[in-house]
Amino acid sequence: MTTLTKQQQDPAARAGLPKAGKTARRSLTNRLGDLKVALFFIFPAMIGFVLFYLVPTIRGVYLSFTEYSILGDPTWIGIKNYTAMLGDELFWNAMGVTVQYVGLNIGFQTLIALGLALLMHRVAKSTFIRGALLLPFLVANVIVALLWFWMLDYQMGIVNEIISWMGLPRIAFFGSEQWAIPTIAAVNVWRHMGYTALLLFAGLQSIPNHVYEVASLDGASPTRTFWSITMPLLRPVMVLVLVVTVIGSFQVFDTVAVTTAGGPVNASRVIQMYIYQKAFGESDFGYASALSVILFLILALVAFVQMKFLKGNESDLD
Amino acid sequence: MSTSTLTRKKSVNNNSSHRNSVKKPVNWRRVGAWALVAIAVAVTVAPFLWMLRTALSSNASLASNAGNLLPADFSLGAFKRVLGMQTPEEAIAEGGSGAAINFWLYLRNSVIFASVTTAGQVFFSAMAAYAFSRLRWPGRNAVFGLFLATMMVPPIFTALPNFLMIKNLGLLNTFAGMTLPFLFMTPFAIFFLRQFFLSMSREVEEAAMLDGAKHLRIFFQIVLPNAAAPLATLALLTFIGQWNEYFWPLLVGQDESVRVLTVGLGVFKSQSPQGAPDWTGLMAATLVAAVPVLLLFIAFGKKVVNSIGFSGIK
Repeated sequence: MTTLTKQQQDPAARAGLPKAGKTARRSLTNRLGDLKVALFFIFPAMIGFVLFYLVPTIRGVYLSFTEYSILGDPTWIGIKNYTAMLGDELFWNAMGVTVQYVGLNIGFQTLIALGLALLMHRVAKSTFIRGALLLPFLVANVIVALLWFWMLDYQMGIVNEIISWMGLPRIAFFGSEQWAIPTIAAVNVWRHMGYTALLLFAGLQSIPNHVYEVASLDGASPTRTFWSITMPLLRPVMVLVLVVTVIGSFQVFDTVAVTTAGGPVNASRVIQMYIYQKAFGESDFGYASALSVILFLILALVAFVQMKFLKGNESDLD
Repeated sequence: MSTSTLTRKKSVNNNSSHRNSVKKPVNWRRVGAWALVAIAVAVTVAPFLWMLRTALSSNASLASNAGNLLPADFSLGAFKRVLGMQTPEEAIAEGGSGAAINFWLYLRNSVIFASVTTAGQVFFSAMAAYAFSRLRWPGRNAVFGLFLATMMVPPIFTALPNFLMIKNLGLLNTFAGMTLPFLFMTPFAIFFLRQFFLSMSREVEEAAMLDGAKHLRIFFQIVLPNAAAPLATLALLTFIGQWNEYFWPLLVGQDESVRVLTVGLGVFKSQSPQGAPDWTGLMAATLVAAVPVLLLFIAFGKKVVNSIGFSGIK
């Protein structure tokens, strides 16, 4: 019986052979044909890629070696923009302010988001709660900034009302040098914590259940389970989330632009605000380009270090 | 994955209900955890309620009732002012600053900017994703790698040269200048769609080929309809992102005729004199500007929430 069926199959296979040969021959011509079709399909995206990604990247690097005030032509000045940066106090101030912002923002955001993700994972999986926590992320930065600008107002803001009820002195959140950056960081933590929590939550869900079951059989405490299982297995997701959020928060602009515009004095002039002011306030496009090259290099370095140091590509599950 | 989490949830529930029926101990851990969830939701939602409460107040009585939970001297004046249904005299009488926001114009501009960029970006990215996933051609992976690499370039870096190019083309303060950089692609959109296109079965496509269908027909009649869900998700995320975009429209769309809502709100805020900002008007304006996103979210919330995990991790 089995031999019969095999024999029955054989002719079918033999019948298929010439067909396979035909497709093999056709695939060679298909290759060229596909190239033509592919060029057609990729053409619009290619325009966008070349005009708005590739050329500007090259031009940005070129402009950073020039003096360019938009009125005349750019003049090549070598690395003068970069050497000028070394003695530019406002640049170092902007760097310091930005790093301070990123540290505060990422520190609190990651801790709170991790807490929220664990809560979502263990207690409240409902889409409604996840949606509620995501809400601030979906609303424009500008709207979030204006909302908190009102709530943190020195005279009439609800937060200062509560502070004064508690008998404490009011705080000029956006108006004082030591509070401006922590305030902006807090506002953005509020906006992003639900989003980051959702990313980490997705990571938590991908940790297989049996790992936890084994741990509980071994009598591991919840704390032990968290540090020995959850955190190591969450690491690849955590690295990705950190890379994305650190890179994002280095480029903070909208909130600063709407609330403090870099003030008071220079207290909240983050690097992107400084680039914006150099280019569009002082028409110094060469210097502004050099600043954005430095920002680009910092971001690339941050991503590289994070990936390497935390071994982001490897998963302990494999 | 989803089934395993489901069963796990069920077993956890069973355990706790079982335990409750036997000894009824209060599970303080769980109560505490739910309290934390409640606090988190309250912290997230309360500011939006405060926005509404302020928008429904009148500026004149806001100062004397700063801490009152209900609207101070309930009034729809702020909304009327924002929607252009109040004369400057009335606005000033109500405690507004007299600064105007041309809401309907900015709304129209935002709709044009966000929908044109979304439609173009999703469609052209889908075309490119088709070439990167369903077609075989030499250099495919190299070109795709190049596209992906530009995901690393921060927007501020390309913004300056892009601004110069748009300016040189004479497209400042035009919708063309505002939409062009977003119109054709983003590396993320192509990457996102390519992942889905790769997972589609080839059989239907091959059957269509044997019937003599050309690539354009396959793209429009097989690939796009079968990828309706991911396309819709991407369109939704793109639209929300573009609706909220501030930096690029601030650079090239300053003119009143093309000014979008985000830029308009910034201008409205800076127009009010430092002494007496039009808080109720400002909150009414921000609330109304957020409405489209809120509506989209109410309609497609589940889709957005579930896609965040995908877009971040994959």
